[in-house]
Amino acid sequence: MRKLKTLVLATAAASCFAATAAQAERGSAGQLNIVYWQAASILNPFLSGGTKDIDASSLILEPLANYRPDGSMDPTLAEEIPTVENGGVAADLRSITWKLKKGVTWSDGSAFTANDVVFSANYCMHPEGGCNAASNFADVESVEALDDHTVRVNFSVAKPFPYGPFVGATSPVIQEAQFKDCMGAKAPECSEANFGPIGTGPFKVNEFRANDVITYTANENYRDPNQPAFATAVFKGGGDAASAARSVLETGEFDYAWNLQVEPEILSQMEAAGKGKVVSAFGTSVERLMVQLTNPDPALGDLRGTVEGGPHPFLSDINVRKALSLAIDRQILVDAGYGPAGQVTCNVLPAPAIYASTANDACKTQDIDAANKLLDDAGWAKGGDGIRAKDGVRLSILYQTSTNSVRQGTQALIKQMWSQIGVETELRNIDAAVFFGGDQSSPDTFQKFFADIEMYTNNFDGTDPEAYMGNWVCSEIPSPANQWIGNNMPRFCSEEYDALSKEMAQTASLEDRAAMAKKMNDMLMQEYVMIPLIHRGRVSAHSNKLGNVELNPWDSELAYAEEWTR
Amino acid sequence: MTDQAVSTADTTKLGAQRTLWGDVWRQFVQHKGGVAGTIVFMTIVLVVVFGPFIHTVDPQFLDIRNKNLGPTFAHPMGTDNLGRDMFAQILAGGRITLAVGILAMGLSLVLGTLVGVVAGFFKKLDGILMRTTDLFLALPLLPLLLVIIMLFRDPLRQAFGPEMGIFMLIVFVIGITSWMNTARIVRGEVLALKEREFVLAARSIGTKSWTTIWRHIFPNVLSPVMVSATLGIANAIITESALSFLGLGFPSDFPTWGRLLFDGTSFMTVTPIRVVWPGVMISLVVLSINYIGDGVRDALDPRIRGR
Amino acid sequence: MLNYTLRRLLFAIPTLIVISFIIFAILALAPSDPTGNLPLTIPAEVREKIRIALGLGEPLPIRYLKWLQQFFINEPLHAIEQMFGFSFGGGEARTRVVSFATRGPVMDTIMERMPQTLWVVGLSYVVGILIAVPIGVISAYKQYSWFDQVGTFVSMVGFSVPTFFTGPLLIVIFSVQLGWFPSVYDTTLEVNSLGTFWQQIKQMIMPVTVLAFYNAAQISRFMRASMLDNLSQDYVRTARAKGMSEKVVILTHVLRNSLIPVVTVIALGIPTIFSGAIITEQIFRVNGLGQLLIIGIQGADIPMVQTLTFMFAVLIVLFNLIADIVYGLLDPRIRYD
Repeated sequence: MRKLKTLVLATAAASCFAATAAQAERGSAGQLNIVYWQAASILNPFLSGGTKDIDASSLILEPLANYRPDGSMDPTLAEEIPTVENGGVAADLRSITWKLKKGVTWSDGSAFTANDVVFSANYCMHPEGGCNAASNFADVESVEALDDHTVRVNFSVAKPFPYGPFVGATSPVIQEAQFKDCMGAKAPECSEANFGPIGTGPFKVNEFRANDVITYTANENYRDPNQPAFATAVFKGGGDAASAARSVLETGEFDYAWNLQVEPEILSQMEAAGKGKVVSAFGTSVERLMVQLTNPDPALGDLRGTVEGGPHPFLSDINVRKALSLAIDRQILVDAGYGPAGQVTCNVLPAPAIYASTANDACKTQDIDAANKLLDDAGWAKGGDGIRAKDGVRLSILYQTSTNSVRQGTQALIKQMWSQIGVETELRNIDAAVFFGGDQSSPDTFQKFFADIEMYTNNFDGTDPEAYMGNWVCSEIPSPANQWIGNNMPRFCSEEYDALSKEMAQTASLEDRAAMAKKMNDMLMQEYVMIPLIHRGRVSAHSNKLGNVELNPWDSELAYAEEWTR
Repeated sequence: MTDQAVSTADTTKLGAQRTLWGDVWRQFVQHKGGVAGTIVFMTIVLVVVFGPFIHTVDPQFLDIRNKNLGPTFAHPMGTDNLGRDMFAQILAGGRITLAVGILAMGLSLVLGTLVGVVAGFFKKLDGILMRTTDLFLALPLLPLLLVIIMLFRDPLRQAFGPEMGIFMLIVFVIGITSWMNTARIVRGEVLALKEREFVLAARSIGTKSWTTIWRHIFPNVLSPVMVSATLGIANAIITESALSFLGLGFPSDFPTWGRLLFDGTSFMTVTPIRVVWPGVMISLVVLSINYIGDGVRDALDPRIRGR
Repeated sequence: MLNYTLRRLLFAIPTLIVISFIIFAILALAPSDPTGNLPLTIPAEVREKIRIALGLGEPLPIRYLKWLQQFFINEPLHAIEQMFGFSFGGGEARTRVVSFATRGPVMDTIMERMPQTLWVVGLSYVVGILIAVPIGVISAYKQYSWFDQVGTFVSMVGFSVPTFFTGPLLIVIFSVQLGWFPSVYDTTLEVNSLGTFWQQIKQMIMPVTVLAFYNAAQISRFMRASMLDNLSQDYVRTARAKGMSEKVVILTHVLRNSLIPVVTVIALGIPTIFSGAIITEQIFRVNGLGQLLIIGIQGADIPMVQTLTFMFAVLIVLFNLIADIVYGLLDPRIRYD
């Protein structure tokens, strides 16, 4: 009975954690131990787009606004989120005016002003800097300080979604005083600043060891006197995902482990040790199959995989593409490789909720018979070896992806599913640094796509899908003419789609934008140029002792670490 | 063991027709370890060659509802996390693993011994060959492999088909990147051997260089070469599994022992037995080769044979 | 001998230059890309700009010459300045070798990594040799005894079962089940008291064991084989006939003559200490030079990989030279001149 009472009390305490968090004193909870299986290389997010680096620096540097775990925008260094309604966004959508919080100081004690924000924009927009967040500043004409606490960002075109610059951990504000001699080509010379930026966030760097470990101490000048609850923090890198999970869930050496893409049965067994729990949250990541619509035959030489090389011998037939999708049992893929970190999806744009289409949900159930019938009707007849063929063209697929044990499992499962409809599959896996690298001389990049099917995950930053849906317009088709730069891997080209994409860029109303995005998604899905498989969540683990932690799929996972308690 | 060898040698009639290789063979079959090693090795070879005709489960068939099983009647070695039969995978993997292991080890051994003997024996070639060895030792393996895949995978795939092409590439890659240790070791031995009295004697009666190498030098460097062979086969099996991560190896649904061991390691706590099978098979092969090597070495050693 | 050594050292310079160029060419040709591991949300145009900012837009020979200048002129000058605290002037214009990933000087990171690599990998090598030599000697002296049989079995299994298996196995047993040792190596630990020394020992035990086991397996096999060859030589019989004690015969005569292949193996092994133990370092998060190298390779961090590999090449050339000199000391009949 006594036990039960304690339990009830404990639950009650946990449910009103906000109150306890406010009462906790700064530094009272000791050390926060975080393990990332990729080590951070640098703490200047403008010079590295790697998630590990951005997350590590998000404990120190802050943007004007962050995304909350539910996907809503929340002011961090700004007073409020500017909108058209409150006058922060101009009516012609060509500028946004941010009001900054007053009384914020950098960790060295100096005042944070609008000049720092302007400087950060100029730093990233410098043509020789190679800034990784440059796309956040797309179409930005200028950034100006109206007074010490007001900043206006001017765009060269109307921006229905003006929250690119300074929203989210990828484009934070850096201190002008520290970085003023590090502009452009000089950026790499400032290792001291890049390894120990001065920030406004809850922690400051104590020691930085590149590609190994970072130790932080609480920022005594942080604006909330009770935060962070931890006096120090350690960010250890290296190793692999399974052992990172083990150090939180089984040995309890660490409090938080990031990105645990490990087979679900291994994670649930580790979780059973009772020291921590596995958490997942869903952003916009979708594991999908890209279908090659042009001919990847090596005999074509330079025309291989280009529109000029002609259509694909069998994947240009929509019946084949549809049959391939029908034959896949997505739930099995989720159960085998993802567990709680995956959901079946039939859309390439699965979230946020207002953009998610329901028109394609039929794909959630596998239908081998329908797939077989479709192929029979289309004239693809089974040969003596059980493989379908028409006019001497066999349904033999080369299916490539990056090296990763979960992906290889998915490949094997799909191969078997396709064998049931008379399709032969050859699997290939390529080192991720080659597959996702844009090396011109390599035939194995995902842009060149010298295969019939390829599989990977893509997503978009923040909550606005405009740029993401713009990936599949005709001009984005990779080809030798554009050095294979382009995101339209299937080489899909439709005038109607291009027109929708253009229209969306000029539409301000959220409802209209959502309708357009859904329509574009449905076009891609019903043409079967992409076959979505799994809506992937972020999956991390944290110790049971860690309180007030919620996995954030929209921003840096550590963006709200100042609220964490023990 | 040695006593026994002596007694059998005594009973051999001196007058009977004797050849060198006949003697070696007679000595070898007296070597318990060598014979046991040969039997184990031949058994493994027979099982992986003929096993799939008896245990006819398709190694690539996924039975997702029967995943992570321990040994059962239908699956004598259990199943993996996608429900593939482990026994069938061990059998199928064994063929390819043994073929790759032995051929790659052979290539590296021949190359290494040749370079080592030539460099040690001919002073003029020593400098250039050993600096080449230094170069190969220093090459960064992974980027080199990426370059090799980029340049040769597609041409070989077209010329020999996907499986044969990759097989040849793997054997070549492992062979070409692992001969240096053997070469250095053999050269060190040859440097000392060629100053020994029996080599000087052979030279002074005008024996040709290559004859000297073949008859006097080579038999005396055999024992480190045998050790290299045993270590080499283990090395080749493990290297093959590393290659498949770069996409240079066989396709991911093509089991090999090295891969099975690596994949099984992640599931060590879920299905412990799964990682044991490939580990045991690799160890058995390496151990049996080691004992065969011991037997061959003893059989070729005239000081033991003659006693 | 001195003459030979000097000649070899002189010859090493062009050799190393050629090696450095070949390494650079391989790295430049390799299809991996420094922007390959960035999230796909970063568009291709931005990636292209990043590549140009990294200096990848320039042709290969220029990039190679720049590296040569940075490594052979700028780095030594910087090191001297640091050591003696004076300035050669023009320090502003002298760029050091800078990593693509950290944008910081490669040499500083390498120096930061030295302690844990030497502690863990170096110590494991020493332990491996200390175990392997006696085992090899006894195994050969008592060939086919139970000691030899067990030694053979253990070392062969030790070599067949790779570190990627033994590492996690030890973690599951000793960190998870028994809770004796930490599974993650703390590189920031400063040994300044008995307590921290004990902590250091505890975190080193598992990685050192895994590596020492693997190294000992290899060295003991060569030691045993070589001892066996020599034990049946005439000079052993002569020494025994002269009435020398068995200890003197084995340890002075046979051991000395059997060391040539073992010296070769050790000389080949010492440079690999500095290239780290990639897999073991990853498993235990020792984050030494091996982990630095593999991260560099995965991220196509050409300056980092080039510098590490080149330093490795210098050590290989150096230790192979040392091995050749030791041969001459062990067996005075070996002549190079």
